[in-house]
Amino acid sequence: MILNQFLLLAAILFCIGVYGVLARRNGIMVLMSVEIILNSVNINLVAFGAFRDHVAGEVFALFVIAVAAAEVGIGLAIVLLIYRNRRSIDLTEADLLKG
Amino acid sequence: MTPAGVLAAGAASGDLFVAQNVFFGVIALVMIVSAIRCVTTRNVVHAALWLVLVLAGAAAQFILLGSEFVAVTQVLVYIGAIIVLFLFGIMLTKASMGDDDSVAGEKRLMAGLVAVLLAVVMGIALVDSYSDTRVVIDEPQRFAAVSDAIFSQYIVAFEAVSVLLLAALIGAIVVARKE
Repeated sequence: MILNQFLLLAAILFCIGVYGVLARRNGIMVLMSVEIILNSVNINLVAFGAFRDHVAGEVFALFVIAVAAAEVGIGLAIVLLIYRNRRSIDLTEADLLKG
Repeated sequence: MTPAGVLAAGAASGDLFVAQNVFFGVIALVMIVSAIRCVTTRNVVHAALWLVLVLAGAAAQFILLGSEFVAVTQVLVYIGAIIVLFLFGIMLTKASMGDDDSVAGEKRLMAGLVAVLLAVVMGIALVDSYSDTRVVIDEPQRFAAVSDAIFSQYIVAFEAVSVLLLAALIGAIVVARKE
């Protein structure tokens, strides 16, 4: 297998995730797009680990999975809090810090 | 078809790995289509289910790359836990309605432009850097090697992750708790 096929797949998934983060206004959808981005990074890490025949790629993919789990927990708690305060999870309405 | 048979066939035919490449293509197509549906569908529950397909495809790619442990962890943590968390979040926020199209048009155009530009730049960079670098998987990565690395070389990072998970747990409870 060519290394590039995995890297290009990861790049395409990353771009789809970026599109989701930028285009969606629903807080939960933004979190899902971030998950797609993190997954594409994991594919990159594992592909390079296999290419180098080194375990570091896999180890850091596992760390990314753990950090993603923490991120989703906190992110959903924040979205829940926004919903409780504003009855909506539209992120364009959450602009309290905007000058 | 056993993985060992696939590996042997690939090694015999001069690292062509035909079966793996076919599987890769099918899974990659499913992943890309699912990811696009996930970020564009109006129904949030459907988006979560499309996300399951993307994550399962990533797990399949990890198996193709010979790292079963990451694949198993992916299925357990992502599909088992994170998707359930998302579905609970959707349920608790009654967010079944998608975006309305009133303001979203221009935003979507810009986001699509950024994504396509990024894809072109990264694609050119990757094709330029790794045009025919091959990845040869002699044998699947052993669980033991991964765990050895985690508990010796990367022990500090491992402990930091455990503290991070504890902090995230407490933080999520504190943030989401009713006053």
